[in-house]
Amino acid sequence: MQEFLQLVVSGIATGGIFASLALALVLIYNAMGLVNFAQGEMAMLATFVAYSLINRGMSFWIAFPVTLVLAFGGGVVIQRLVIRPVERAPVLALVIITLGLATLVNGLAGFIWGYVPRSFASPFSPDSVDLAGVFVSYRDLGVIAVSGLVLLAVYLLLQRTTVGLTLRAAAHHPEASRLLGVQVSWMLALGWGLASAVGAVSGMMAAPILLLEPNMMQAIIIYAFAAAVLGGIESPLGAVVGGLIVGVTVNLAGAYLPGVGGDLQLAVGLAIIIAVLILKPNGLFGRAAIRRV
Amino acid sequence: MSRIRTAPPRYWLVLLVVIFFLGFPTVISSFLASEWAQAIILAIAIMGLNILVGYSGQLSLGHGAFMALGAYTSAILVHHYKMDYLVTIPIAAVLTGLVGFLFGVPALRLSPLYLALATFALAVVSPSLIKRPAGLTGGVQGILVLQPDPPDVAREAFAFVTGTAMTSDQWIYYITLFCALVLFWLAWNLARHRPGRAMRAIRDGEVAAAASGINVAGFKTLAFGISAFYAGTAGSLLALSTGFISPDTFPVSLSIQLLVGAVVGGLASIPGPLLGAIFAYFLPIESNQWVPSQTWLPEQITSTVKNAGPAVSYGIILILIMMFAPNGIVGLIRTGYVTVNRRLRGASDPQTGQIPPDTQTV
Amino acid sequence: MGRKAPGFAAVAVFLLTLAACGGGTTSTTQTDVGVTSNSILLGNTNALSGAAAAYGTISNAENAYFTYVNTNQGGVNGRKITFKILDDAYTSAQTVPLTKQLVEQDQVFAMFSGLGTQTQTSVKTYLNSKKVPQLFVATGATTWGKDFSSNQWTLGWQPPYQGEARIYAKDVLQNHPNAKIGVLYQNDDYGQDYLKGLTDGLGDKASTMIVDKESYDVTAANPFAQLTKLKGAGVDTVFLFSTPKPTIQSLAYITAGLHWEPTTIYLNSVSNPQVYMGRAAKGGAALKNVTSVSYIKDPTDPQWSGDDGMKLYKQVIASCTTCDINDGFNIYGVAVDYTMVDVLKQAGSNLTRKNIMKIASSQLNETNPFLLPGIKVTTTSSDHFPVMQEQVITWAGTGWKLQGSLIDERGTIK
Repeated sequence: MQEFLQLVVSGIATGGIFASLALALVLIYNAMGLVNFAQGEMAMLATFVAYSLINRGMSFWIAFPVTLVLAFGGGVVIQRLVIRPVERAPVLALVIITLGLATLVNGLAGFIWGYVPRSFASPFSPDSVDLAGVFVSYRDLGVIAVSGLVLLAVYLLLQRTTVGLTLRAAAHHPEASRLLGVQVSWMLALGWGLASAVGAVSGMMAAPILLLEPNMMQAIIIYAFAAAVLGGIESPLGAVVGGLIVGVTVNLAGAYLPGVGGDLQLAVGLAIIIAVLILKPNGLFGRAAIRRV
Repeated sequence: MSRIRTAPPRYWLVLLVVIFFLGFPTVISSFLASEWAQAIILAIAIMGLNILVGYSGQLSLGHGAFMALGAYTSAILVHHYKMDYLVTIPIAAVLTGLVGFLFGVPALRLSPLYLALATFALAVVSPSLIKRPAGLTGGVQGILVLQPDPPDVAREAFAFVTGTAMTSDQWIYYITLFCALVLFWLAWNLARHRPGRAMRAIRDGEVAAAASGINVAGFKTLAFGISAFYAGTAGSLLALSTGFISPDTFPVSLSIQLLVGAVVGGLASIPGPLLGAIFAYFLPIESNQWVPSQTWLPEQITSTVKNAGPAVSYGIILILIMMFAPNGIVGLIRTGYVTVNRRLRGASDPQTGQIPPDTQTV
Repeated sequence: MGRKAPGFAAVAVFLLTLAACGGGTTSTTQTDVGVTSNSILLGNTNALSGAAAAYGTISNAENAYFTYVNTNQGGVNGRKITFKILDDAYTSAQTVPLTKQLVEQDQVFAMFSGLGTQTQTSVKTYLNSKKVPQLFVATGATTWGKDFSSNQWTLGWQPPYQGEARIYAKDVLQNHPNAKIGVLYQNDDYGQDYLKGLTDGLGDKASTMIVDKESYDVTAANPFAQLTKLKGAGVDTVFLFSTPKPTIQSLAYITAGLHWEPTTIYLNSVSNPQVYMGRAAKGGAALKNVTSVSYIKDPTDPQWSGDDGMKLYKQVIASCTTCDINDGFNIYGVAVDYTMVDVLKQAGSNLTRKNIMKIASSQLNETNPFLLPGIKVTTTSSDHFPVMQEQVITWAGTGWKLQGSLIDERGTIK
């Protein structure tokens, strides 16, 4: 039983990392209707930036918001430079661009910082607290807490502020918004900046556990993609719930399903998600899409 | 005779390209022939993907897995059952096609994004799945495929033309070229005739297509099956041309490379996959090696490119191509051709209200 | 008029391409392919990018040593060594064409220190059929030495993984005969090779002593679920047969995540460089009772600071701008280079592929300044494992301490 609880708890913690990246994916999907394959790599780059800042003597709690701002700026720049010129292009072309971006960012990070894994200082101590025989590390709790806070902040921003309202309007009804004087293009840039910042949080939370190196997020993005789809690709809440479910399921499947060794964990996780999708095609929290004839 | 005179210029171009590829190995080294064989194999796989994505509008990020199926089928048949390699190619293709067809059935339920996820999942887990039945697949050790020597007929013909002995690599090049010619011809016919039109109708508007009486489900699963058939052929040829396959010959990045090739070449076109394959295959190699070997470039630039690996240059070029040619190279050529044509004809009013001829057929 | 344009364009492209791909050139050779009167061309494929790119530095370190030999010794017998490194990103689909290019287009004398078991296996048959030496491959897979008779142009160098695991087995049987063993292994050649060595080394005790085995895929985010299961199975002696990153993660998780203090943790030699231990410690690992083996001098170990071999290493590595001087992989590269240069020197004026293959696989008898004192790099007509001695090391808070003396596994692997 203790082992089971241990697996669940560590699954929730890993799920928190998936959730924060999934959230970034959902934000971009909401803004543009496409999956940004470069999200993980952008998060990794932001984490390296944070690493460099901390190495120069900045404390984590200062480097963290600074990195968020830089990541936000980076996201905006990417949207302006790379995405906006091809806004009208077919979706697949945009998807390929994000793939190109992913390759580019990965190579850039490898070039600047090399491929040897580095340790990234977490603000939370690595010790654990004993909760009735189950050990939960402060780090894992920190990841869960931060993911939750970020979701809350994004929710408040999108649902309770004018900026958020404008963002949502620009994403879902661009023509009407233009008529109302909204700078739709800049709203999309804002969306990218926001997603990039959220992704940076994911990277900084993941790095202490995964070890910082250019390929760090590649395993994560698959799970994040799955989590976002499971939760309903348009729902931020769905992304977080999806992430937690994916984290726990994958852990438990690896441990308890007979014949499934550690190597098929990913397979099982994805199979379960697909099974859910066959039953509930729009994900757990997604709304049924209206098919336009 | 008049048919030849009035044949569209495109047909002459195709003939020229075919002759070019037929004669190619006689003037290049055996090693380059093996490289081009790889590119042609990629073109076959991309053509399959193109049928699915470009013509029927379904997205797949997992065609590398179908290639793996084709490759392992051939390799296992040769290795364990001692079959002749050439016989295994169609077997692998048909088997993979069937699996693709079956895969297409549940795929009908999934909307494009979720289909992308499902096929992506397939690509991600296929290396692990291959490792499992280690007795059959060789597990992590992989399977070595012996490359056949050219048969005497081919050897003599080649020696007659070039005066040198034909190598295994060159013979394999011709096998892949033959398969590619057959499959491209097949795809061209598919696109021109009813199945192609039906698929395009489905791609452009499923409900309208259904309303016109097209069997949407049937054609969509057919598209999946056909595209898997192509991928299986490509996989089988890949095993032959590299001589060794293992689970890590088919990572996720292969499926992504196929999609990139399809889009960069130009979706819903016949020459697109070939151009896309040449791009996808040669660009990483060239950017890694060609730049550092150019002595006229300053040291800083070459060492930067070398250390950054092909990734950075590949990424930049990919982005640039998509920005300037969102419909792929073929799309760019078409728009360029149309623009040039218009200028030459002195057309003053492009908006004539006429429906343009269907540019989707070659 | 416009109709003919595509046709002419095509012909132009056709002719241009013909001109550009002007066939392969053969270099003038003196004694063999890839050798001229003043140069030797060696070829290499390594993972300079992609998932295994951390190993890429090995080739750069090797290049640094060759540069040193070229500048300070005028090369080998008057011939300077040119080292051509190509990036295969650790995928055999790339290794095959790149190796073919090196052999057929660049016409290298030999392939040297190719990285990766699967990647080097993929070109093994090709190189053997073309009779091109595949020397000192950078992998510890046991098959290189064990199956030499079927691939006589291929040779390993570093101690085979099975030999290393046998040493661990000996250590366990001697010091912890009642241990309950749990193994975490990577699900590929690497991990499976180690596991086989351990199982064989334990003999008939294997089934009773090994209580649980958990594998993980190299693509997994972390092996935490597997470690949890090991703990749950009552294991008190853990074996980590994993590459550096999952090893660091495991060490940290065992202490900080599971609050577990196994009696002994055995680490494999690829993952034991001091730098990685430091990272594990930062991640919360207690690093108590950690055992491993070593055969190379660790650059971060202060006991070698006055050592001539270490001084030479530091001098050599200075010319490699991207190499981290403390990285154990780099001194590995330099050590293997030393043997390669040794072989070339021994060949003298009879610099043919056949001869260097003969020397490397059956006539080696060298003392390598970068390996632990007492280790001899030897091969004979019946034994094709160049390095077979290792020494047990235990972690002592700030560094590794050598224990006992060198253990020789020569002859144990049939």
